[in-house]
Amino acid sequence: MADPKKYDNRLGLKGWWGGGRWGFERYAYTLHRLTGLGLITYFVMHILVTSSRAFGADAWAEWMGNVAGPIFHVGEFLVVLSFIYHACNGIRLILVEFGFVVGKAEEPIYPYKTSLNKQRPLLIVMMILAALFVVAMGYDYWMLH
Amino acid sequence: MSKQDTGARDIRFIIRRFNPETDEAPHNKEYTVRVEPGMTVLEGLHQIKGEQDATLVWRFSCRMGVCGSCGMLVNGKPMLACNSQILHLTNSVLTIGPLPNFKILRDLVPDLMPMLKNHIAGKPHIVREDFDPALTPTDEYYQTPEELVRFLQFSYCIKCGCCMAACPTMALDLDYKGPMPLAQYHRYNADTRDGGFEERAKLAGGTGGVVRCHYAGECSNVCPKGVDPARAIQLMKRQLVAGYLGLAKQQEPCGTIGPDPNARHREGVPPPPPFTIDRK
Ligand code: SF4
Ligand code: SF4
Ligand code: FES
Repeated sequence: MADPKKYDNRLGLKGWWGGGRWGFERYAYTLHRLTGLGLITYFVMHILVTSSRAFGADAWAEWMGNVAGPIFHVGEFLVVLSFIYHACNGIRLILVEFGFVVGKAEEPIYPYKTSLNKQRPLLIVMMILAALFVVAMGYDYWMLH
Repeated sequence: MSKQDTGARDIRFIIRRFNPETDEAPHNKEYTVRVEPGMTVLEGLHQIKGEQDATLVWRFSCRMGVCGSCGMLVNGKPMLACNSQILHLTNSVLTIGPLPNFKILRDLVPDLMPMLKNHIAGKPHIVREDFDPALTPTDEYYQTPEELVRFLQFSYCIKCGCCMAACPTMALDLDYKGPMPLAQYHRYNADTRDGGFEERAKLAGGTGGVVRCHYAGECSNVCPKGVDPARAIQLMKRQLVAGYLGLAKQQEPCGTIGPDPNARHREGVPPPPPFTIDRK
Protein backbone atom coordinates (compact mmCIF):
# COMPACT_ATOMS: atom_id res chain seq x y z
CA MET A 1 0.00 0.00 0.00
CA ALA A 2 1.22 3.47 -0.79
CA ASP A 3 2.07 5.64 2.18
CA PRO A 4 -0.97 7.74 3.11
CA LYS A 5 -0.76 11.46 2.49
CA LYS A 6 0.28 13.36 5.60
CA TYR A 7 0.14 17.06 6.32
CA ASP A 8 3.35 18.59 7.67
CA ASN A 9 2.43 20.37 10.88
CA ARG A 10 5.84 21.68 11.99
CA LEU A 11 5.48 25.09 13.62
CA GLY A 12 8.69 26.60 12.24
CA LEU A 13 9.66 30.04 13.58
CA LYS A 14 6.15 30.44 15.01
CA GLY A 15 7.12 27.75 17.50
CA TRP A 16 9.49 30.22 19.16
CA TRP A 17 6.62 32.48 20.23
CA GLY A 18 3.32 31.19 21.50
CA GLY A 19 1.41 34.32 22.48
CA GLY A 20 2.09 34.60 26.20
CA ARG A 21 0.81 31.19 27.12
CA TRP A 22 4.25 29.73 27.59
CA GLY A 23 6.76 29.74 30.40
CA PHE A 24 9.31 32.48 30.99
CA GLU A 25 12.20 30.19 30.00
CA ARG A 26 10.78 29.87 26.46
CA TYR A 27 10.92 33.64 25.99
CA ALA A 28 14.40 33.70 27.48
CA TYR A 29 15.32 31.06 24.87
CA THR A 30 13.82 33.06 22.01
CA LEU A 31 15.47 36.29 23.12
CA HIS A 32 18.77 34.47 23.54
CA ARG A 33 18.65 33.31 19.92
CA LEU A 34 17.57 36.69 18.57
CA THR A 35 20.27 38.56 20.48
CA GLY A 36 22.74 35.93 19.28
CA LEU A 37 21.79 36.64 15.67
CA GLY A 38 22.05 40.39 16.34
CA LEU A 39 25.51 40.00 17.83
CA ILE A 40 26.79 37.94 14.92
CA THR A 41 25.42 40.51 12.47
CA TYR A 42 27.23 43.22 14.39
CA PHE A 43 30.38 41.13 14.48
CA VAL A 44 30.44 40.72 10.69
CA MET A 45 29.78 44.44 10.13
CA HIS A 46 32.43 45.31 12.66
CA ILE A 47 35.04 43.18 10.88
CA LEU A 48 34.11 44.64 7.49
CA VAL A 49 34.22 48.25 8.67
CA THR A 50 37.44 48.00 10.62
CA SER A 51 39.12 46.06 7.81
CA SER A 52 38.76 49.20 5.70
CA ARG A 53 41.76 50.54 7.66
CA ALA A 54 43.89 48.17 5.60
CA PHE A 55 43.10 50.37 2.58
CA GLY A 56 44.49 53.51 4.14
CA ALA A 57 43.41 56.27 6.50
CA ASP A 58 41.05 57.84 3.96
CA ALA A 59 39.09 54.63 3.41
CA TRP A 60 38.87 54.25 7.16
CA ALA A 61 37.53 57.77 7.64
CA GLU A 62 35.02 57.31 4.84
CA TRP A 63 33.72 54.05 6.27
CA MET A 64 33.53 55.45 9.75
CA GLY A 65 31.52 58.31 8.29
CA ASN A 66 29.14 55.82 6.68
CA VAL A 67 28.31 54.28 10.02
CA ALA A 68 28.06 57.44 12.07
CA GLY A 69 24.34 58.28 11.61
CA PRO A 70 21.77 58.26 14.43
CA ILE A 71 20.45 54.88 13.28
CA PHE A 72 23.87 53.38 13.87
CA HIS A 73 24.12 55.16 17.20
CA VAL A 74 20.88 53.52 18.36
CA GLY A 75 21.95 50.26 16.69
CA GLU A 76 25.16 50.29 18.66
CA PHE A 77 23.22 50.65 21.88
CA LEU A 78 21.08 47.68 20.85
CA VAL A 79 24.31 45.75 20.47
CA VAL A 80 25.20 46.69 24.02
CA LEU A 81 21.78 45.55 25.27
CA SER A 82 22.05 42.29 23.32
CA PHE A 83 25.50 41.66 24.70
CA ILE A 84 24.40 42.21 28.30
CA TYR A 85 21.38 39.93 27.94
CA HIS A 86 23.23 37.26 25.98
CA ALA A 87 26.08 37.20 28.50
CA CYS A 88 23.92 37.09 31.63
CA ASN A 89 21.48 34.53 30.26
CA GLY A 90 24.41 32.61 28.77
CA ILE A 91 26.01 32.17 32.18
CA ARG A 92 22.72 30.71 33.44
CA LEU A 93 22.52 28.40 30.43
CA ILE A 94 26.08 27.15 30.89
CA LEU A 95 25.31 26.23 34.50
CA VAL A 96 21.96 24.67 33.58
CA GLU A 97 23.25 22.75 30.60
CA PHE A 98 26.06 21.24 32.63
CA GLY A 99 23.34 19.94 34.89
CA PHE A 100 24.32 22.07 37.91
CA VAL A 101 21.13 23.89 38.84
CA VAL A 102 18.43 21.54 37.59
CA GLY A 103 18.31 19.42 40.74
CA LYS A 104 18.41 15.66 41.04
CA ALA A 105 15.73 13.35 39.69
CA GLU A 106 12.91 13.05 42.20
CA GLU A 107 9.62 11.25 42.50
CA PRO A 108 7.05 13.46 40.71
CA ILE A 109 4.16 14.39 43.00
CA TYR A 110 1.22 16.36 41.65
CA PRO A 111 1.18 19.37 41.21
CA TYR A 112 4.53 18.71 39.58
CA LYS A 113 7.57 20.77 40.37
CA THR A 114 10.26 20.47 37.74
CA SER A 115 13.85 21.47 37.13
CA LEU A 116 12.43 24.80 35.96
CA ASN A 117 11.56 25.64 39.56
CA LYS A 118 15.08 24.73 40.65
CA GLN A 119 16.86 27.03 38.22
CA ARG A 120 14.41 29.92 38.40
CA PRO A 121 16.16 31.77 41.28
CA LEU A 122 19.29 31.84 39.12
CA LEU A 123 17.25 33.16 36.20
CA ILE A 124 15.83 35.93 38.35
CA VAL A 125 19.26 36.88 39.71
CA MET A 126 20.75 36.97 36.21
CA MET A 127 17.89 39.11 34.90
CA ILE A 128 18.26 41.59 37.77
CA LEU A 129 21.99 41.71 37.05
CA ALA A 130 21.26 42.31 33.36
CA ALA A 131 18.83 45.11 34.24
CA LEU A 132 21.45 46.80 36.45
CA PHE A 133 24.02 46.60 33.64
CA VAL A 134 21.50 48.03 31.17
CA VAL A 135 20.76 51.00 33.43
CA ALA A 136 24.47 51.65 34.04
CA MET A 137 25.37 51.35 30.36
CA GLY A 138 22.35 53.42 29.31
CA TYR A 139 23.41 56.21 31.64
CA ASP A 140 26.96 56.06 30.37
CA TYR A 141 25.94 55.89 26.70
CA TRP A 142 23.18 58.49 26.56
CA MET A 143 24.03 60.88 29.41
CA LEU A 144 27.81 61.04 29.48
CA HIS A 145 28.57 60.96 25.74
CA MET B 1 -38.79 28.15 42.04
CA SER B 2 -35.95 29.08 39.75
CA LYS B 3 -34.07 26.29 38.04
CA GLN B 4 -30.90 25.40 39.88
CA ASP B 5 -27.70 26.36 38.08
CA THR B 6 -25.80 23.11 37.57
CA GLY B 7 -22.87 24.98 36.11
CA ALA B 8 -23.48 23.48 32.66
CA ARG B 9 -22.54 25.71 29.75
CA ASP B 10 -22.64 25.78 25.96
CA ILE B 11 -19.05 25.71 24.74
CA ARG B 12 -17.99 26.38 21.17
CA PHE B 13 -15.53 23.75 19.98
CA ILE B 14 -13.33 24.88 17.09
CA ILE B 15 -11.70 21.74 15.78
CA ARG B 16 -8.95 21.42 13.20
CA ARG B 17 -10.01 18.91 10.54
CA PHE B 18 -7.93 17.23 7.86
CA ASN B 19 -8.95 14.41 5.57
CA PRO B 20 -5.97 13.23 3.50
CA GLU B 21 -8.30 11.90 0.81
CA THR B 22 -10.12 15.14 0.10
CA ASP B 23 -8.24 18.06 1.73
CA GLU B 24 -5.09 19.87 0.68
CA ALA B 25 -4.70 21.56 4.06
CA PRO B 26 -6.42 21.47 7.45
CA HIS B 27 -9.42 23.70 8.11
CA ASN B 28 -11.49 24.54 11.19
CA LYS B 29 -14.95 23.24 11.91
CA GLU B 30 -17.20 24.47 14.71
CA TYR B 31 -19.50 22.56 17.04
CA THR B 32 -21.45 23.58 20.13
CA VAL B 33 -21.50 21.21 23.06
CA ARG B 34 -23.43 21.38 26.33
CA VAL B 35 -20.67 20.91 28.89
CA GLU B 36 -21.28 19.76 32.46
CA PRO B 37 -18.73 20.48 35.18
CA GLY B 38 -16.15 17.70 35.30
CA MET B 39 -16.48 16.86 31.61
CA THR B 40 -13.12 16.26 29.94
CA VAL B 41 -12.05 17.38 26.47
CA LEU B 42 -12.13 13.72 25.46
CA GLU B 43 -15.77 13.41 26.57
CA GLY B 44 -16.58 16.54 24.59
CA LEU B 45 -15.12 14.93 21.48
CA HIS B 46 -17.15 11.77 22.09
CA GLN B 47 -20.26 13.88 22.44
CA ILE B 48 -19.59 15.47 19.03
CA LYS B 49 -18.85 12.15 17.37
CA GLY B 50 -21.92 10.53 18.87
CA GLU B 51 -24.44 13.27 18.25
CA GLN B 52 -23.17 15.69 15.62
CA ASP B 53 -20.43 14.45 13.33
CA ALA B 54 -19.47 10.80 13.07
CA THR B 55 -16.53 11.59 10.77
CA LEU B 56 -14.41 13.24 13.49
CA VAL B 57 -11.25 11.20 14.16
CA TRP B 58 -8.84 11.17 17.10
CA ARG B 59 -6.87 8.62 19.08
CA PHE B 60 -7.60 7.48 22.64
CA SER B 61 -7.66 4.33 24.66
CA CYS B 62 -7.41 4.39 28.45
CA ARG B 63 -9.36 7.60 29.29
CA MET B 64 -7.19 8.03 32.39
CA GLY B 65 -3.83 9.48 31.43
CA VAL B 66 -1.99 6.20 31.18
CA CYS B 67 -1.81 5.14 27.52
CA GLY B 68 -0.51 8.39 25.99
CA SER B 69 -2.82 8.24 22.95
CA CYS B 70 -4.86 11.39 23.35
CA GLY B 71 -2.23 14.16 23.31
CA MET B 72 -3.59 17.17 21.40
CA LEU B 73 -3.26 20.93 21.18
CA VAL B 74 -6.05 22.39 23.31
CA ASN B 75 -6.36 26.17 23.48
CA GLY B 76 -2.83 26.39 22.14
CA LYS B 77 -1.20 24.04 24.63
CA PRO B 78 -0.30 20.39 24.24
CA MET B 79 -2.16 18.25 26.79
CA LEU B 80 -3.96 14.94 27.27
CA ALA B 81 -7.62 15.29 26.27
CA CYS B 82 -8.66 12.74 28.90
CA ASN B 83 -6.77 14.53 31.63
CA SER B 84 -8.13 18.05 31.04
CA GLN B 85 -11.52 19.31 32.18
CA ILE B 86 -13.18 21.67 29.74
CA LEU B 87 -14.50 24.16 32.29
CA HIS B 88 -11.05 24.42 33.86
CA LEU B 89 -9.81 25.67 30.48
CA THR B 90 -12.57 27.94 29.23
CA ASN B 91 -16.05 29.37 29.73
CA SER B 92 -16.76 29.94 26.05
CA VAL B 93 -14.44 28.70 23.31
CA LEU B 94 -12.22 25.64 23.04
CA THR B 95 -9.83 25.25 20.11
CA ILE B 96 -8.56 21.75 19.46
CA GLY B 97 -5.89 20.73 16.97
CA PRO B 98 -3.48 17.84 16.44
CA LEU B 99 -0.08 18.01 18.20
CA PRO B 100 2.20 20.27 16.15
CA ASN B 101 5.72 19.26 15.05
CA PHE B 102 4.29 15.93 13.88
CA LYS B 103 2.71 15.24 10.53
CA ILE B 104 -1.07 14.99 10.59
CA LEU B 105 -2.48 11.63 9.54
CA ARG B 106 -6.09 12.72 9.86
CA ASP B 107 -8.01 15.29 11.96
CA LEU B 108 -6.49 15.11 15.46
CA VAL B 109 -4.22 12.13 14.79
CA PRO B 110 -0.49 12.95 14.59
CA ASP B 111 2.09 10.59 13.12
CA LEU B 112 4.20 9.71 16.16
CA MET B 113 6.41 7.23 14.32
CA PRO B 114 9.47 9.51 13.81
CA MET B 115 9.54 10.07 17.59
CA LEU B 116 9.08 6.39 18.38
CA LYS B 117 11.78 5.37 15.89
CA ASN B 118 14.30 7.57 17.71
CA HIS B 119 13.07 6.11 20.98
CA ILE B 120 13.55 2.53 19.78
CA ALA B 121 17.00 3.36 18.35
CA GLY B 122 18.11 4.22 21.92
CA LYS B 123 17.47 0.63 23.11
CA PRO B 124 14.77 1.41 25.68
CA HIS B 125 15.54 -1.65 27.77
CA ILE B 126 18.27 -2.89 30.10
CA VAL B 127 21.44 -3.56 28.07
CA ARG B 128 24.02 -5.95 29.58
CA GLU B 129 27.19 -7.40 28.23
CA ASP B 130 27.35 -10.30 30.67
CA PHE B 131 23.90 -11.78 30.02
CA ASP B 132 20.65 -11.12 28.19
CA PRO B 133 18.13 -9.79 30.73
CA ALA B 134 15.24 -10.92 28.53
CA LEU B 135 16.37 -14.52 28.99
CA THR B 136 16.90 -14.41 32.75
CA PRO B 137 13.82 -12.62 33.93
CA THR B 138 13.79 -14.25 37.36
CA ASP B 139 17.14 -12.89 38.58
CA GLU B 140 16.93 -9.97 40.92
CA TYR B 141 19.31 -7.01 40.68
CA TYR B 142 21.17 -5.31 43.49
CA GLN B 143 19.69 -1.83 43.33
CA THR B 144 19.11 0.49 46.26
CA PRO B 145 16.00 2.67 46.63
CA GLU B 146 18.25 5.73 46.14
CA GLU B 147 19.47 4.33 42.84
CA LEU B 148 15.88 3.73 41.83
CA VAL B 149 14.97 7.40 42.36
CA ARG B 150 17.70 8.42 39.89
CA PHE B 151 15.60 7.17 36.99
CA LEU B 152 12.12 6.54 38.40
CA GLN B 153 10.80 9.99 37.44
CA PHE B 154 11.82 9.53 33.80
CA SER B 155 10.28 6.07 33.61
CA TYR B 156 6.78 7.56 34.00
CA CYS B 157 6.83 8.74 30.36
CA ILE B 158 3.79 7.54 28.41
CA LYS B 159 5.13 8.64 24.98
CA CYS B 160 2.23 11.01 24.40
CA GLY B 161 4.38 13.47 22.44
CA CYS B 162 3.12 16.60 24.24
CA CYS B 163 6.71 17.60 25.04
CA MET B 164 7.69 17.27 21.36
CA ALA B 165 4.82 19.54 20.35
CA ALA B 166 5.81 22.20 22.88
CA CYS B 167 9.54 22.28 22.16
CA PRO B 168 10.67 25.35 20.17
CA THR B 169 13.79 23.53 18.97
CA MET B 170 11.59 20.75 17.56
CA ALA B 171 9.60 23.43 15.77
CA LEU B 172 12.47 24.49 13.56
CA ASP B 173 15.15 21.82 13.66
CA LEU B 174 14.42 18.90 11.35
CA ASP B 175 17.24 16.79 12.83
CA TYR B 176 16.46 17.21 16.51
CA LYS B 177 15.45 13.95 18.14
CA GLY B 178 13.35 15.79 20.71
CA PRO B 179 12.73 15.61 24.45
CA MET B 180 10.81 12.32 24.53
CA PRO B 181 13.49 10.00 23.05
CA LEU B 182 16.38 11.89 24.68
CA ALA B 183 14.80 11.75 28.14
CA GLN B 184 14.36 8.00 27.68
CA TYR B 185 18.04 7.60 26.76
CA HIS B 186 18.81 9.11 30.13
CA ARG B 187 16.19 7.01 31.88
CA TYR B 188 18.19 3.88 30.95
CA ASN B 189 21.62 5.48 31.30
CA ALA B 190 20.77 6.48 34.87
CA ASP B 191 19.68 2.95 35.72
CA THR B 192 22.39 1.05 37.65
CA ARG B 193 21.22 -2.23 36.11
CA ASP B 194 22.07 -0.97 32.63
CA GLY B 195 25.36 -1.00 30.74
CA GLY B 196 24.31 0.64 27.47
CA PHE B 197 25.66 4.17 28.02
CA GLU B 198 28.30 3.98 25.29
CA GLU B 199 25.78 2.96 22.65
CA ARG B 200 23.25 5.62 23.60
CA ALA B 201 25.97 8.25 23.94
CA LYS B 202 26.62 7.97 20.21
CA LEU B 203 23.00 8.87 19.50
CA ALA B 204 22.59 11.45 22.25
CA GLY B 205 25.86 13.21 21.46
CA GLY B 206 25.48 13.01 17.68
CA THR B 207 23.48 14.94 15.12
CA GLY B 208 20.16 16.12 16.48
CA GLY B 209 21.19 15.09 19.97
CA VAL B 210 21.30 16.89 23.29
CA VAL B 211 23.40 19.84 22.12
CA ARG B 212 20.40 21.17 20.22
CA CYS B 213 18.45 21.63 23.44
CA HIS B 214 18.84 25.08 24.99
CA TYR B 215 16.60 24.64 27.94
CA ALA B 216 13.44 26.40 26.89
CA GLY B 217 11.91 24.02 29.41
CA GLU B 218 8.54 23.78 27.68
CA CYS B 219 8.77 20.00 27.55
CA SER B 220 8.79 19.91 31.34
CA ASN B 221 6.06 22.53 31.56
CA VAL B 222 3.57 20.55 29.52
CA CYS B 223 4.45 16.97 30.48
CA PRO B 224 1.29 15.48 31.99
CA LYS B 225 3.25 12.90 33.97
CA GLY B 226 5.86 15.09 35.69
CA VAL B 227 8.66 13.41 33.75
CA ASP B 228 10.76 16.58 33.43
CA PRO B 229 12.55 15.74 30.15
CA ALA B 230 14.47 19.03 30.33
CA ARG B 231 16.13 17.82 33.53
CA ALA B 232 16.95 14.44 32.00
CA ILE B 233 18.56 16.09 28.99
CA GLN B 234 20.72 18.48 31.05
CA LEU B 235 21.84 15.66 33.36
CA MET B 236 22.73 13.59 30.31
CA LYS B 237 24.74 16.49 28.82
CA ARG B 238 26.78 16.56 32.00
CA GLN B 239 27.37 12.81 31.85
CA LEU B 240 28.37 13.03 28.19
CA VAL B 241 30.83 15.87 28.79
CA ALA B 242 32.28 14.08 31.80
CA GLY B 243 32.64 10.90 29.74
CA TYR B 244 34.30 12.80 26.91
CA LEU B 245 36.81 14.43 29.26
CA GLY B 246 37.49 11.13 31.00
CA LEU B 247 36.10 12.46 34.29
CA ALA B 248 33.18 10.08 34.56
CA LYS B 249 33.16 7.61 37.41
CA GLN B 250 33.68 4.19 35.88
CA GLN B 251 31.01 1.92 37.22
CA GLU B 252 30.04 -1.58 36.24
CA PRO B 253 26.34 -2.33 35.99
CA CYS B 254 25.08 -3.80 39.26
CA GLY B 255 25.12 -7.53 39.87
CA THR B 256 22.26 -9.93 40.21
CA ILE B 257 21.16 -12.36 42.84
CA GLY B 258 20.57 -15.73 41.21
CA PRO B 259 17.72 -18.01 42.19
CA ASP B 260 17.77 -18.90 45.90
CA PRO B 261 19.28 -22.43 46.15
CA ASN B 262 17.33 -23.04 49.38
CA ALA B 263 13.99 -22.05 47.90
CA ARG B 264 11.49 -24.91 47.95
CA HIS B 265 8.19 -25.08 46.19
CA ARG B 266 5.44 -24.72 48.78
CA GLU B 267 2.85 -27.43 48.86
CA GLY B 268 -0.59 -26.53 47.64
CA VAL B 269 0.67 -23.62 45.53
CA PRO B 270 0.15 -24.28 41.82
CA PRO B 271 3.39 -24.35 39.76
CA PRO B 272 4.23 -21.23 37.71
CA PRO B 273 3.30 -21.28 34.03
CA PRO B 274 6.10 -22.32 31.64
CA PHE B 275 8.37 -19.61 30.20
CA THR B 276 7.02 -17.99 27.07
CA ILE B 277 10.51 -17.39 25.65
CA ASP B 278 13.23 -19.83 24.79
CA ARG B 279 15.76 -19.79 27.66
CA LYS B 280 18.57 -21.68 25.96
S1 SF4 C 1 8.04 13.13 28.55
FE1 SF4 C 1 5.97 13.64 29.24
S2 SF4 C 1 5.12 14.87 27.58
FE2 SF4 C 1 6.89 13.80 26.75
S3 SF4 C 1 6.08 11.95 25.83
FE3 SF4 C 1 6.70 11.46 27.92
S4 SF4 C 1 4.85 11.72 29.16
FE4 SF4 C 1 4.48 12.75 27.20
S1 SF4 D 1 14.35 21.98 27.32
FE1 SF4 D 1 15.23 21.32 25.38
S2 SF4 D 1 13.94 19.64 24.75
FE2 SF4 D 1 12.80 20.74 26.34
S3 SF4 D 1 11.52 22.18 25.21
FE3 SF4 D 1 13.45 23.15 25.67
S4 SF4 D 1 14.77 22.91 23.90
FE4 SF4 D 1 13.09 21.44 23.78
S1 FES E 1 -6.81 8.24 26.54
FE1 FES E 1 -5.04 7.31 27.40
S2 FES E 1 -3.84 9.02 27.98
FE2 FES E 1 -5.71 9.96 27.33
